Amino acid sequence: MTGTHLGMPAFPEAAREAVGNSTLRANLRHATRTIREKRALAVTELDDWAALREAGKQIKDHTLRHLDTYLLQLEEAVTAAGGTVHWAQDAAEANRIVTDLVRATGETEVVKVKSMATQEIGLNEHLAAEGITAYETDLAELIVQLADDRPSHILVPAIHRNRGEIRDIFRERMGDWGRPAPEGLSDIPAELAEAARLHLREKFLRAKVGVSGANFMVAETGTLVVVESEGNGRMCLTLPETLISVVGIEKVVPTWQDLEVFLQTLPRSSTAERMNPYTSMWTGTTDGDGPRDFHLVLLDNGRTAVLADEVGRQALRCIRCSACLNVCPVYERAGGHAYGSVYPGPIGAILTPQLRGTASEVDASLPYASTLCGACYDVCPVAIDIPEVLVHLREQVADQGGHRVEKAVLGAAAWAFDHPAVLATAQRAASLTRALHPSRLPGPGRAWTDSRDLPQLPDKPFRDWWKRHHEGKEDAQ
Amino acid sequence: MRVALFLTCVNDTLYPDTGRAVVRLLSRLGVDVDFPMGQTCCGQPHYNTGHRRQAEPLARRFADVFAGYDAVVTPSGSCGAMVRELYPRMGRRAEEEGRGSSLALAVAEVVPRTYELTEFLVDVLGVTDVGAFYPHRVTYHPTCHGLRALGLGERPRRLLRAVRGLELVELPGAEECCGFGGTFAVRNPDVSAAMGRDKVDAAVSTGAAVLCAADNSCLMHLGGLIRRSGADVRPLHIAEILASTEGDPLT
Repeated sequence: MTGTHLGMPAFPEAAREAVGNSTLRANLRHATRTIREKRALAVTELDDWAALREAGKQIKDHTLRHLDTYLLQLEEAVTAAGGTVHWAQDAAEANRIVTDLVRATGETEVVKVKSMATQEIGLNEHLAAEGITAYETDLAELIVQLADDRPSHILVPAIHRNRGEIRDIFRERMGDWGRPAPEGLSDIPAELAEAARLHLREKFLRAKVGVSGANFMVAETGTLVVVESEGNGRMCLTLPETLISVVGIEKVVPTWQDLEVFLQTLPRSSTAERMNPYTSMWTGTTDGDGPRDFHLVLLDNGRTAVLADEVGRQALRCIRCSACLNVCPVYERAGGHAYGSVYPGPIGAILTPQLRGTASEVDASLPYASTLCGACYDVCPVAIDIPEVLVHLREQVADQGGHRVEKAVLGAAAWAFDHPAVLATAQRAASLTRALHPSRLPGPGRAWTDSRDLPQLPDKPFRDWWKRHHEGKEDAQ
Repeated sequence: MRVALFLTCVNDTLYPDTGRAVVRLLSRLGVDVDFPMGQTCCGQPHYNTGHRRQAEPLARRFADVFAGYDAVVTPSGSCGAMVRELYPRMGRRAEEEGRGSSLALAVAEVVPRTYELTEFLVDVLGVTDVGAFYPHRVTYHPTCHGLRALGLGERPRRLLRAVRGLELVELPGAEECCGFGGTFAVRNPDVSAAMGRDKVDAAVSTGAAVLCAADNSCLMHLGGLIRRSGADVRPLHIAEILASTEGDPLT
């Protein structure tokens, strides 16, 4: 992934700031709780939800197991339909390919459909450095771009902003990027949407190059699918003369019929809709209709390495619905920025350390940014066992030499736990000295006692009581 | 029926009252309870922080200590889930790593006989009315591993509803994690405490005198926040409520 987020503090420090920001807390609490409840209702409507979830999981697993075959089939189909396929091993290669393609058109502006893959590779920043301006056209991405901010949610990138903040951003920044906000703009949602519509309409009608990602790619026909709610995607995909789509290699599905599953599970999981308002599908190019040139950039950027990890590879099933973010109590308090990546929340905590490695402080802290409560696994429409992968990644962090003190302490504890007499002695010593225990601990213990009292120790452990009351009945040690 | 109490290291050290309550409750229901003294920790702290290999000897110890009982009962959803869900996984991982099947075989015998307390009462003994008496307003927090890993569902609430005098009130946002999460509580103390405070606020909003759960580690975290803030609600393990009777009431 890109360096955009490098130099971020570790998750606990970034989260501390977010927890202390009451506006952010209120925005996130309101937004995640609303969507969480709606999603639960939308899912309950389908009596075959469990079967759809299992089918989605199996389709993805099957595809990933035969990824080489399906990618080649996809390339053949896209090429036959008039498109051009490019293979990008990493972010730098993908950025270079896109830049060269834009340059070849002679244009210096592109309009963009919201795309996680292009954020992952830092495409906008790269294009800007090359003198090409990329305009985000998704409403929330527009808010983020105007505010010079970073997205904090996969689906609702400006979830950390409220209406008043958005009104201020539009008033102050729209003029710098194009058509200014209307005079006297209020924070009424319809007015804000209209301001964005007017601002963006200019871009759509002027742009000759569109850049997108894709939710799915169908190998058998070479068809790409973009699922969205605002219609900005349809504009970007149909109006420009040249369309460049940057898509992660794990987005391929074998057949059209597979879409039957995901087009039911994705909208309900992400926006709690039975069907999303706009589903755009295109296959190569068609004379006189839509873009004349179509380029598909297939992005690896660490995915093949993830595929090699037997436990971690399930993260590649992800269809970016963000249900796991909306249900996560840690995400709700910490906000998306604390995850230091374009992929925040539970899925980010398992995807980012796999794509980027765990060398940086923030990446090494991500597998621990969870209580392992399991709510994310429950709602995942492709059944990614996020807690399992989190623990798996914790093993990798521990094995690479991190957390030496913790390992030593746990090692000593494991030894004591394997010697019950030692444990009993320690328990008794703790109980006997309980009057001396401070209520606030120094050093690392402060992490507990800064906010919580310590439990009061009993006068003796249970095993001593048992021994006295059930003498002769116990198993001797 | 010869039943072993797997109390857990947290309860043994910090919450002996919960242990005595389980013994009293099960004995009252005619169960012959034993407490094998060789028991210690299930290894969950090690496993969950990424030190799986350190947890393996503890899993073997568990299998040894609890061999030969008709059932193993634990008053902890989280340690119960460690044994039932993660011991088999540890065994599989050891096999995949080419270290043989001895761990998998060792735990295979004990895993299916291990029950969380409310599961044992409802599914094995087939009781929901355990003859308890506790005349207070109580709200129940379903802890995550009991709820999602073990699938305890309505069992704890059914048991509580059958307690004479007890008024059970629904906890808003009941299924949300309390923020404990083992070492998460100290590794991410700010988020942990923020989650816990919201849980305590939700409990206080019900007007309940007691915040009940089936896992003392979560209650240790919530209790620490309650004592620090002086919130007017008492954290209490479900076993202590179920053990309370008119003749021998919990104070």
